[in-house]
Amino acid sequence: MTSIQTHHAVETSATPSAIATWLTSTDHKVVGRLYIGTGLVGMLGGLVLAVLVAFERINADSYQILSDATSVQVLAVARNLLTFGGVVPLLFGLMLAIVPLQLGSRGIAFPRLAMGSFWMWLVGLGMMVASIIGNGGPGGGNAELVDLYLAAFIVMLLGLAMAATSLVVTILTSRTPGMGILRAPLLTWSALVTSVGVLLTVPVLIGTTVYVYVDHRYARLGFGGNKGVNTWIGWALSQPFTYLLAIPALGVVLDAVPVLSRNRLAQRPAAVVAVALVGIAAVSAVTQKTVTLPWGGDGFLSGLGTKIADLLPFVLLNVLPVFGLLGVLGLSLLTLKEGKPVIAAPLAFSLVGLLGIVLGASSHILGGIEDAGLQGTIYETGSYVGITFGSVIVAFGALCFWGPKLWGRRISDKAALPLVLLALGAIGLGSLPYMIAGFADQPAGLLNGFSYDGPQALWNVLTTIGFTLMLILTAAFTALAFKSFTSGDVAGDDPWDGTTLEWATSSPPPSDNFADVMVVNSATPLADLKSTSTGKDA
Amino acid sequence: MLSLPPAPQPLARRQVFVGTALACAAGSMLIGGMLATWLQFRAEAPVRESSKRGFIKDWMPADIVVPEVAANMMLMALAVACVMAQWAVYSAKRNDRTHAAMAFGVTAIVGFATLNAQIFIWTQMGIGARDGAFHSMFYAVTGVMAILLVAGIIFTGVAAFRYLGGRTKEVELISSQALYWYFLTAAFTAIWFVVYVQK
Repeated sequence: MTSIQTHHAVETSATPSAIATWLTSTDHKVVGRLYIGTGLVGMLGGLVLAVLVAFERINADSYQILSDATSVQVLAVARNLLTFGGVVPLLFGLMLAIVPLQLGSRGIAFPRLAMGSFWMWLVGLGMMVASIIGNGGPGGGNAELVDLYLAAFIVMLLGLAMAATSLVVTILTSRTPGMGILRAPLLTWSALVTSVGVLLTVPVLIGTTVYVYVDHRYARLGFGGNKGVNTWIGWALSQPFTYLLAIPALGVVLDAVPVLSRNRLAQRPAAVVAVALVGIAAVSAVTQKTVTLPWGGDGFLSGLGTKIADLLPFVLLNVLPVFGLLGVLGLSLLTLKEGKPVIAAPLAFSLVGLLGIVLGASSHILGGIEDAGLQGTIYETGSYVGITFGSVIVAFGALCFWGPKLWGRRISDKAALPLVLLALGAIGLGSLPYMIAGFADQPAGLLNGFSYDGPQALWNVLTTIGFTLMLILTAAFTALAFKSFTSGDVAGDDPWDGTTLEWATSSPPPSDNFADVMVVNSATPLADLKSTSTGKDA
Repeated sequence: MLSLPPAPQPLARRQVFVGTALACAAGSMLIGGMLATWLQFRAEAPVRESSKRGFIKDWMPADIVVPEVAANMMLMALAVACVMAQWAVYSAKRNDRTHAAMAFGVTAIVGFATLNAQIFIWTQMGIGARDGAFHSMFYAVTGVMAILLVAGIIFTGVAAFRYLGGRTKEVELISSQALYWYFLTAAFTAIWFVVYVQK
């Protein structure tokens, strides 16, 4: 293999303590690793509660662990932890750590803002969880703690917006010469789409939360008091906002698949468009409601104008993003078909996770058709689980792929590949039974006191198994990652024979990433260099 | 052993300006979203009969008097702040420290005056946040605007401190604070129209 020297020799000098580094570092890789580490812990916490919630739903009359009031709180904290404690930090951590390396940049823009974003997010999330535990949160009985929940939510969202700002500015201003925005790696492109989407939607969410906070604290006349919290800000925990958070996962797939299939990405411009299409979800999220399709009327022809008027926004906001997802899936499969795939954990995790995201988003279309009668049922939770679990599983693939770059050591494929079977089971069993139960009118927001005709226990038992598999997977992966990244095999600078700039520096990279500013002439500069040096096509 | 070709000197990076532009875009979505919710509440309010204007939406209670003069003055003051902030950019580009200092000072003073007018409106209206949906929403939207104003004053202060402290080449930061004042003016114009004029 050709060796490429583009980095410093690693310097050995006195380093500050870990805590000082965590508090003051301006190294984007440290910020990214902090997000990733806490994201894994948050995901585990969310999954423990999700298993409890799923178990509670098995039988509405017995097996009850939680009281009615407590169950609402547990449901809230589970979703908050899965979305903002798991998916968000895992994917934002990856973006913060990897994107500047992919750009050939020596650092991230506004590094203190990036580090501040982590602490704001963490403090906000911690206060949110604490308030919910103390009977605050959506529907909570302790008014002071409901206020704290809303204030903490704003703090956490500000942290998220700060991270997004840092990413967008880095991508727009810190690309190495020759790297136009369309030549940037697709994780970087998806980071741009996500971050711009976050900057457009999160302020709207913050504004609404400010209204709800002031109303709840002082008046309780306009926004429904504690019962109205979920009505007004619950859209941040469901589709289409979750699409926005899943977009970086698409970038992971589109970067990992070509490298691991030893092939260039098929139809790269189409992949760029596909990721952008999913970004349309951002536009949909600022409406603060799910755009549904009232496919009713007096008859097909007589009500055709109304039907088209209803159909257009529905297609634009719900169907078009799914076309984008299907595009990413199709291009990935085409690339694999035409290449020589390596059976490696990043590839397997990425594809299984992508399938989960596609399943969740596609099913959301049916959930939006009013005549299907699925609104308010647990069907929506099935879609949410597909997207959320899928995003996390792709993030596991990304950690297998880029972990060696960030920590200098690699996760063994032999140890990681069996976990992919757990991932497959978790997505299938975690989401599909809830979708079926939705058709049987199982309500979404209740854990106790409901009944419906159908094998209630079966679907909820299957979902509980699915959630348990996801919990086992996350725990096992976390343990494996910790062990591998601390004492695993040394990875080398370019363990996957990569094609983009992050593989042109040492593993782990020095604090300023690269010794030289480099010129690139294509989207795969390292592949070009390697093919030139070996005298053959990569 | 191979290495990628070295690059020419990188282009100047306008990170602060781009970051400010993004912050302004985010701030626009913040204010826009809040005003959209305000309009939604007003649209859903029942109708009542007004002695002056016939049937109107029963949104703002009839006994509330909005000090429109102060609101109009805020709008004009913010327009002046934009001119002053741009004057600071103009002077800084010509390395004219005296005029730049004056421009920074006037921008900050106008910012404080605007904030003072906002506080005047709150005290003159004399309504409590506990009194109704209109009341709490009024404080929420005008309070967020006041926070954005304070951020603008701090931004101008930081830019002035750095420029007058000797970093005379940092015109980008001064341009960024001017951009932020343009955003503040646009945001307040929207609030002025929706909250103070249309109510």
